[in-house]
Amino acid sequence: MNFMKFKWLYFVISALVLIPGIVSLVDYGLRPAIDFTGGTLLELRFEKEINMSEYGEIKKLIEEKDFEVSSVQSSGEEAILLRLKPITKDDAATIKTVLAQNFEEMPEEVRFETVGPTLGKELLTKTLMAIVLAAGFILAYVAWRFKNAKFGICAILAMFHDSFILLGSFSLMGHFWGVEVNTLFVTAVLTILSLSVHDTVVVYDRIRESQRLLPDVPFEQLANKTVTETLPRNINNSLTIIFMLLALLLLGGETIRWFVVAFLIGTIAGTYSSTFTAVPLLVVWEQLKAKKV
Amino acid sequence: MRKRRFLLWFIVGLTLVSLLIDLPSQIQLKFLKIDKTFQRPAINLALGRFHFQRDLEIKKGIDLAGGTHLVFQADMAGIKQEDKKAALESAAENIQRRVDLFGVSEAIVQTSKLGEEYRLIVELPGVEETSQAIDLIGQTAQLDFKELTPEATAAASLTDFLSTDLTGKDLARSQVQFDPNTGEPVVSLKFSDEGAKKFSEITGRNLGRPVAIFLDELPVTIPQVKEQITTGEAVITGEFTLEQAKKLSVQLNAGALPVPIKVIEQRNIGATLGIQSIQKSVRAGLIGLLMVILFMAAYYGRLGILADLGLVIYGMITLALYKLIPVTLTLPGVAGFLLSVGMAVDSNILIFERMKEEMRVGKTRLLAMELGFGRAWDSIRDANVCTLITCFILFNPFDWSFLNTSGMVRGFALTLGLGVLLSLFTGIVVTRTILRTFSRSEAKR
Repeated sequence: MNFMKFKWLYFVISALVLIPGIVSLVDYGLRPAIDFTGGTLLELRFEKEINMSEYGEIKKLIEEKDFEVSSVQSSGEEAILLRLKPITKDDAATIKTVLAQNFEEMPEEVRFETVGPTLGKELLTKTLMAIVLAAGFILAYVAWRFKNAKFGICAILAMFHDSFILLGSFSLMGHFWGVEVNTLFVTAVLTILSLSVHDTVVVYDRIRESQRLLPDVPFEQLANKTVTETLPRNINNSLTIIFMLLALLLLGGETIRWFVVAFLIGTIAGTYSSTFTAVPLLVVWEQLKAKKV
Repeated sequence: MRKRRFLLWFIVGLTLVSLLIDLPSQIQLKFLKIDKTFQRPAINLALGRFHFQRDLEIKKGIDLAGGTHLVFQADMAGIKQEDKKAALESAAENIQRRVDLFGVSEAIVQTSKLGEEYRLIVELPGVEETSQAIDLIGQTAQLDFKELTPEATAAASLTDFLSTDLTGKDLARSQVQFDPNTGEPVVSLKFSDEGAKKFSEITGRNLGRPVAIFLDELPVTIPQVKEQITTGEAVITGEFTLEQAKKLSVQLNAGALPVPIKVIEQRNIGATLGIQSIQKSVRAGLIGLLMVILFMAAYYGRLGILADLGLVIYGMITLALYKLIPVTLTLPGVAGFLLSVGMAVDSNILIFERMKEEMRVGKTRLLAMELGFGRAWDSIRDANVCTLITCFILFNPFDWSFLNTSGMVRGFALTLGLGVLLSLFTGIVVTRTILRTFSRSEAKR
């Protein structure tokens, strides 16, 4: 099949997904969770359903007690998630009593998390360190493995493609739905970096093998051959991962929902990019080189 | 040939052992007239100095079991630089002791040093009412020296001890030393100038009588006074093992080097949320696994079913490893495991696609199989190296202070990393052996 005939179409599709995300990243950035900023997360469950319209009132009630509420969100059916400046467990009890008076029922405390502000800042530097280290190791590995600038640079471009899609979509989801970025999200990003390279390496290995076996065939034809050979594997492998992730997303717990979403986005982007970004990039590189000569 | 047969039996054996470990500790069999309860034995090995003991239950993290995670910041302002490490250890030991008294089983108390920040990390499974717990843990240790009331006889009880004016404040430092004559471990005490005077008076009026040292109103040690000590340096002898001497010294230091601590992070998960999370993850995992198994069988037919067999063996070995290591499972850890299941069939898919290609160019089935395994190996190895590197960085096995040490992240990295390593084994060795065995019987026919 002549996959490479449509290479510009693949770039356009990537751009359509990438640009809104990057614009959002620049404009709105990401919403850091209390892991990074410090603060308190309080999840309360009521017997009866609490309407969205009552959230404003909840916020007012708590703020009358001099606690700073940054957001009220629903979490599951009857639970609400409060985000506040750091408070103590005793303060949480005060909040529960205040709400109990208003809603005529004592809420059950499902989750209470407090992170001090210094700890948040520290985690941020550690996270950056982990990203730099992981990306550095992966770059070094790709460079060593291919010993060839063309393959190395294109593999890394594909990796950036995937990570920016992931970051961009979380920026958009953060802006519109209040999705936050926490330590687990960073873990997901790092794992996606490696999974992205994983798929690209498999495809590139095949291209190089074909190059050795068929030195006279033009590069674009080789690329088509490789894509035809590796596409079933790429799709099948991603499908099994996606099955697992979908099951976790639909049936798994609330706590890791966005962690799973991050993996899902990353896996889909990674599968797409290993075939439809990494390989066309190589073809374009070859064409540009041919023009120069 | 002999090597292959050995491999087959090795895999069968490994699977059976894993299955035995995976079983719940009690199994009830009710079948017609049979009504029996089987008890799975726990592991308890002792070979010389090497002890290996496992109850073979899955350890659940705070987010699955419900409970409290606390991080305390230690205020080291009043402690000399060289004593800081000992002071932090004593504070940890002290918390462990109080938590044990509180009746919390499997509590974890860890110390962490980050630059000049000294911290204590406490995990209390099953504890939800934290205000009380924090108050209890957060108090600094109170060390008191007590003497018997003058009228007490040899049959005196603990209530006959009266406080003296000598307290932990007067104690500068305690250390483990070795008696130069007998070589046995002893515990030394060094008092401040003020403390030396008080101690001299107390030992003077209690010659031949016991002086008790109480930590938080509980006795730690009750040595006899042999002579009046005026130098401010004393040793407690007794038939200590090195372990006991160390423990006593650490406890005394808790009083001598008190560090105030305050909570800087607290995570509290209700038990109901934990149970729900377990139920949901198990259900999600089973359904996901079923989908992967069906997909492989539908797409690759007979080969796929054999790969599924490999996948089930993979699952059993992984679970057994979790129990043996033991791995503390958290929710992200479960996600890591499920992700690794999705990835485990990757090597099989790579191999099967290769086989198909080889067969397309006219190779026989058996030859295609061997070639497929051989040629796919390079890709499989390369592809997994990056994931393993990332897991290594996330798990941070050497506790590098510039990297994350969060339990959740580590839980994920550990299960994913273990999963990738194991899937290399099952995807290649196990599946290949199964395939060879089945093709041989086919060839005979």
